[in-house]
Amino acid sequence: MAMLRFAVFRLFTMLATLVVVSVLIFIIINLPPGDYLSNQINELRATGQSSGVAKAEFLRQEYALDRPLWEQYLIWMGFAPGPHGFSGLLQGEFGWSFEFDRPVAELVGGALWLTVLVNLAAILFVYMVALPLGVIAAARAKTWIDYTSAFVGYLGLATPNFLLALILFYYGNRYLNLPIGGLMDPKFEGEPMSFEKMKSVLVHLIIPTFVIGTSGAAAMMQRLRANLLDELGKPYVETARAKGMSESRMLVKYPLRVAFNPFVADIGTLLPAMVSGSVLVSVVLGLQTIGPVLLTALKSQDLFLSAFVLMFVALLTLIGTLISDLLLALLDPRIRFGGRSS
Amino acid sequence: MSTLPDGRYVDDRPYERDLGEEARNADLDVSNTRLVWRRFREHKLGLVSALFLLFSYLMLPFAGFISPYTANERAPDHLYGAPQGIHLFHEGSLIGPYVYPITAEVNLETFSWEYIRDYDNPAKLEFFCEASYYKLAGFIKTNRHLFCAPEGATVFLLGADRLGRDVFSRILYGAQLSLTVGLVGITVSFFIGIILGSIAGYFGGFLDWIINRVIEILRSLPELPLWLALSAAVPSHWSPVAVFFIISIILGILDWPGLARAVRSKFLSLREEEFVRAAEMMGAKPSRVIGKHLLPNFLSHLIASATLSIPAMILGETALSFLGLGLRAPAVSWGVMLNDAQNLASIEIYPWTAIPMLPIVIIVLAFNFFGDGLRDALDPNRS
Repeated sequence: MAMLRFAVFRLFTMLATLVVVSVLIFIIINLPPGDYLSNQINELRATGQSSGVAKAEFLRQEYALDRPLWEQYLIWMGFAPGPHGFSGLLQGEFGWSFEFDRPVAELVGGALWLTVLVNLAAILFVYMVALPLGVIAAARAKTWIDYTSAFVGYLGLATPNFLLALILFYYGNRYLNLPIGGLMDPKFEGEPMSFEKMKSVLVHLIIPTFVIGTSGAAAMMQRLRANLLDELGKPYVETARAKGMSESRMLVKYPLRVAFNPFVADIGTLLPAMVSGSVLVSVVLGLQTIGPVLLTALKSQDLFLSAFVLMFVALLTLIGTLISDLLLALLDPRIRFGGRSS
Repeated sequence: MSTLPDGRYVDDRPYERDLGEEARNADLDVSNTRLVWRRFREHKLGLVSALFLLFSYLMLPFAGFISPYTANERAPDHLYGAPQGIHLFHEGSLIGPYVYPITAEVNLETFSWEYIRDYDNPAKLEFFCEASYYKLAGFIKTNRHLFCAPEGATVFLLGADRLGRDVFSRILYGAQLSLTVGLVGITVSFFIGIILGSIAGYFGGFLDWIINRVIEILRSLPELPLWLALSAAVPSHWSPVAVFFIISIILGILDWPGLARAVRSKFLSLREEEFVRAAEMMGAKPSRVIGKHLLPNFLSHLIASATLSIPAMILGETALSFLGLGLRAPAVSWGVMLNDAQNLASIEIYPWTAIPMLPIVIIVLAFNFFGDGLRDALDPNRS
């Protein structure tokens, strides 16, 4: 019951946060002077094409861009009626992309799922790499295993994501015959999901996952190692050893479980970094996620498109944080009942 | 062994103090800076990194002097020129540092540039010579360079880029922006973080609640998309200097929450200490209590953790410029240079266009090691 109450409370906080975030995003998007349509109108006037002006003016009214900013925000969110009644994010209307002249929903539909897929794969990769390596590095502290993993970790932290992507892409294609560019073979694009398509997507995922996950895995590994080392110095470990418990069994049974808490809590900080990384890497590698869409939208001031993509990215991380909080509450009763003390 | 009148036994040997133990502890009461320095010195990797960083930053004002070309100087006949080595011996005899002149020709079968080295005419490098004008340290106009290309030849130590600009010179010029972007950014983040963190921790209550929520929200958002959105808002007609400052401020604006959180938690524990009470009793204003009594307690720690977030900013600037939303040409930074290396084809044929990644990796590693060393040295609870 307490668990349920906690979950409901967290969900409520998340929604409130999302509203604040939407205000923030809307302000940021509107920071550049003018908007896509008024820029276009100016351009058309300057070149003397009057036929386009009328269409742009019509669109401006259609999407309420001629109203004050706060009203635009309310209409965009669906809190207030626009020219066509309530049609905002809340009603599932994501707006119109002026740059591509298509509805936003149609434009980003497939990309959303691929974004989630790429990020999920990266998170799985981080945990699958960081958990064993972190434990080994702590258990065999100050041996060559520890030093090697620390060195690789530092290198992973220091190499900019996009460069790693370029390098791996080049060598992956050359020596392992991994495919270049995109998230699936071009012939599968627009086709229904099938086993072959699945396989193609998975093969294409290898390098992006590795690139996005490396720095996160390095950071997490170091943190797990430090936590575990703290635990390993404690008297109960010595007692367990003195009683003749086998090293590996002892390690998994006690210190690892204690050191595991921060490991789960880290999803909250890991996820924003993952999403950031995936945006960058997608642009470099030409993956069909929302990364490249965001970049073009931002560059051309495509208001609704960039606002929606930013909202989606924020939602993704907030959901991730929510999940990590719930998992943590399941793992650790102190959080469920006592609330966190700072 | 002799016996004293009162019956006690005393060793006859002269009294010897254990000098070893005492010498070790003799100067444990020296200033804290000294102690920290002593501990930092033990961290060899950190020490080397610190020296390297010091060297790099000291070099910045003299970038124009060290580099043979200026940042945007073009050699139109040497587009994608290959790196040239500096040699000392020509046909067995020492003639001092020289390069082989290169002429570039287009191969119309592969459609790439080919470079023909003229091995018969070694061209000696000139030192302290006059070449194009630049501003030393930003204000002394001069045309003196440490070394420059001999007459009729080029000296591209690390090759030339797409427009025939010297990569080596551009790396040195790029360092001026790439290395300072982190410093400006960290200053911004440091100020916001300390001010908001101390307000939240010292006053508590409603202010604390608000600041905490802001911190949580900012920490839960992905940085890069926000950086992108903010820098997309920078008008394109601004001068490179203005863009540079606004970019570093953008980098700093999203970085402060971590710092503010650290400050806040320290304040929460220190607020109840007696010395704070005493200061308050004597009528010190909050600003004085915070600035004089509380902050100095852990300022050094904050500096250490700030050092660790500089590399994130350097990488951030690189990423933004790489994507074309950060610094723009004619400004030169490592990210701007890598912008040219975006496609695989050019890296495969002209690998030296990707060389600017080396200084990035090295500098970021150096900052990490330096920050680690500093943190270990400042940590009084170190084992």
